[in-house]
Amino acid sequence: MTERQAIAPESDAALWNSLRRHTQARIGLGRAGSALPTRHRLELQAAHAAARDAVHSPFDPDVVASALAGAATIRVRSAAPDRLTYLQRPDLGRRLHDVDRAHLPRDGWDVVFVVADGLSSRAVHEHAAAVVRATTQRLPSDWRVAPVVLAEQARVALGDDIAHALGAGMAVVLIGERPGMSAADSLGAYLTYDPRPGRTTDADRNCLSNIRPPLGLSHTDAATKLATLMRRARDLGRTGVSLKDESTPALP
Amino acid sequence: MSTYSATLGGRTHSFAGLAGLLAAASPERSGDRLAGLAADSAQARVAARWALAEVPLARFLAEPVIPYETDDVTRLIMDSHDTAAFAPVSGLTVGELREWLLSDAANAATLAALAPGLTPEMVAAVSKLMGNADLVAVARKVQVVTAFRSTIGLPGRLATRLQPNHPTDDPAGVAAALLDGLLLGSGDAVIGINPATDSPRAVRDLLDLLDGVIDRYSIPTQSCVLCHVTTSIDLMERGAPVDLVFQSIAGTQAANASFGVTLGLLDEAYEAARSLARGTVGFNALYFETGQGSALSADAHHGVDQQTVEARAYAVARRYDPLLVNTVVGFIGPEYLYDGRQILRAALEDHFCGKLLGLPMGLDICYTNHADADDDDIATMLTMLGVAGASFVICTPGGDDIMLNYQSASYHDALYLREVLGLRPAPEFEAWLGRIGLLDEGGEIRDVAGSGHPLTAIGRGLAA
Repeated sequence: MTERQAIAPESDAALWNSLRRHTQARIGLGRAGSALPTRHRLELQAAHAAARDAVHSPFDPDVVASALAGAATIRVRSAAPDRLTYLQRPDLGRRLHDVDRAHLPRDGWDVVFVVADGLSSRAVHEHAAAVVRATTQRLPSDWRVAPVVLAEQARVALGDDIAHALGAGMAVVLIGERPGMSAADSLGAYLTYDPRPGRTTDADRNCLSNIRPPLGLSHTDAATKLATLMRRARDLGRTGVSLKDESTPALP
Repeated sequence: MSTYSATLGGRTHSFAGLAGLLAAASPERSGDRLAGLAADSAQARVAARWALAEVPLARFLAEPVIPYETDDVTRLIMDSHDTAAFAPVSGLTVGELREWLLSDAANAATLAALAPGLTPEMVAAVSKLMGNADLVAVARKVQVVTAFRSTIGLPGRLATRLQPNHPTDDPAGVAAALLDGLLLGSGDAVIGINPATDSPRAVRDLLDLLDGVIDRYSIPTQSCVLCHVTTSIDLMERGAPVDLVFQSIAGTQAANASFGVTLGLLDEAYEAARSLARGTVGFNALYFETGQGSALSADAHHGVDQQTVEARAYAVARRYDPLLVNTVVGFIGPEYLYDGRQILRAALEDHFCGKLLGLPMGLDICYTNHADADDDDIATMLTMLGVAGASFVICTPGGDDIMLNYQSASYHDALYLREVLGLRPAPEFEAWLGRIGLLDEGGEIRDVAGSGHPLTAIGRGLAA
């Protein structure tokens, strides 16, 4: 072995450590033959397990209700009876369970917040209540905010059905995003003006994703952006591709 | 509409039209169930296969699964069908085609000559009668060779796409992942980045970064920043260093419209990319991605099952002599392919159909975390597709893509596959690996951890 090779391991570690400051990608993992060293193989499995658990951990509406500290809540389910069905039948996850439709008080609400489990109940448990509270605080005091709807086995478009049943003019769906291996607790927010089941399309929504402090968007920043978008949506009478988030500068 | 039927288990099962028959004959798959197209029982599924086996291949030319008048992909399929190439199998049924494909009569030369005579529906149909091993055995016999700065698809070779994605397209982060992949011998199919934004400026910055590295180290490969085709056309007009023009495509006019593309637009991109002539050993300049479920997801499937629609996307691809085509097989999620078993089956079908139609097929062997799959499924798929002779696979650092939030094969996985199957990189790239000191005496990738190697300047320069 030459002298240079003998000192290589130490300086390799320094090289990869300096490069890792620029990316979360799993670089410089080294090799055992052609395969990964044991430590990295197990780290990948641990990250995958966290993501899988995030998908399959049951949603506990009590966690969100208690974090909302006294705010009125209503619990609903989608038409998907269980997780297995939910994963294979997005159409059912977009539709309210018929029994639960009757629990929604129709009134002249300006907005309804829907907290939906989506693909990560962990994201919802950790972030949703804080975003609802911070956003509500930033809305004009004369806005009529419906009770927060806590929805199980829910897709984004379930918010259309809920808002329609409540007679709400706007829906904000806070939903657990598809978990990656580096982020299993990411919350998304979808804003829809005048939602109509079956007629509203994804192009009619505005989305904030990656709400996930401290690595992603903070609760307060998400709330500020959401409240701004909501006021502008009401002024314009629409959401979607024609309503841009102007709180961040556009790319040149 | 014609009706097809077969009697099985004391019951006669009937299927409405070729589209209904093809859908019912498909292996169990969550997407077809979601679309309401799946067979309603296990026996009905097998009955559909009995009926499908009896259908003459010529029937597929007479009964388009989506009407000629309403869909430009159907028009492309019908108008470009090569009757002379079809002649050797024109008298066969689907069942007989399966046996012919498995026989010694089907070899690299006869299969290459047959490709323009086959339609997507014919290859989709025969795939539904084949077992996983059949799909491997036949695909392995097909050779499709393409070239730009490296040659893809030669026997005994496996190329890789190096995918150094970054959630904010940070140049230093991309460079770090690029270095990691090159040191592990990856990148001969393409160095391809999925950008976080489709902004022309951001895409241009990444193109310049990749072009600079390829040029500085004289790497015989090509770059691609996977933006919308209109962005590429715009950038080519502005003199950006575009090697390969990328586009996601699907198997119906309406699904392509949901991607914002038309055949006319692809024609324009094809002309523009070819006119740049940036290749050195060949001029295949397009790169397409496909994947089962996209037409259903866009509500644009016209009652055709997801595998048959996927095969129709290959008719679009082959019009443009692409360098690379890959199916991103497990990307969309379990509502289309539920678990490792369904993803594996789809991967083998897509690879088989694409190759039989004459395409340089590679795969993004992948899954999302809400599908029932794990890294053992990646290993199984990789091994079978390696045996089946896939042109290339997509590789990410540690198999974890931090921008798209899904799991794919890793650079290590590609090393494994080359090792166990005796596969080598593209010849031009392999020679370069030797020149740059990354091959050992046996021609294997050396375990160069990094710091002493000249390539590390890529990382050091940008990360400083």
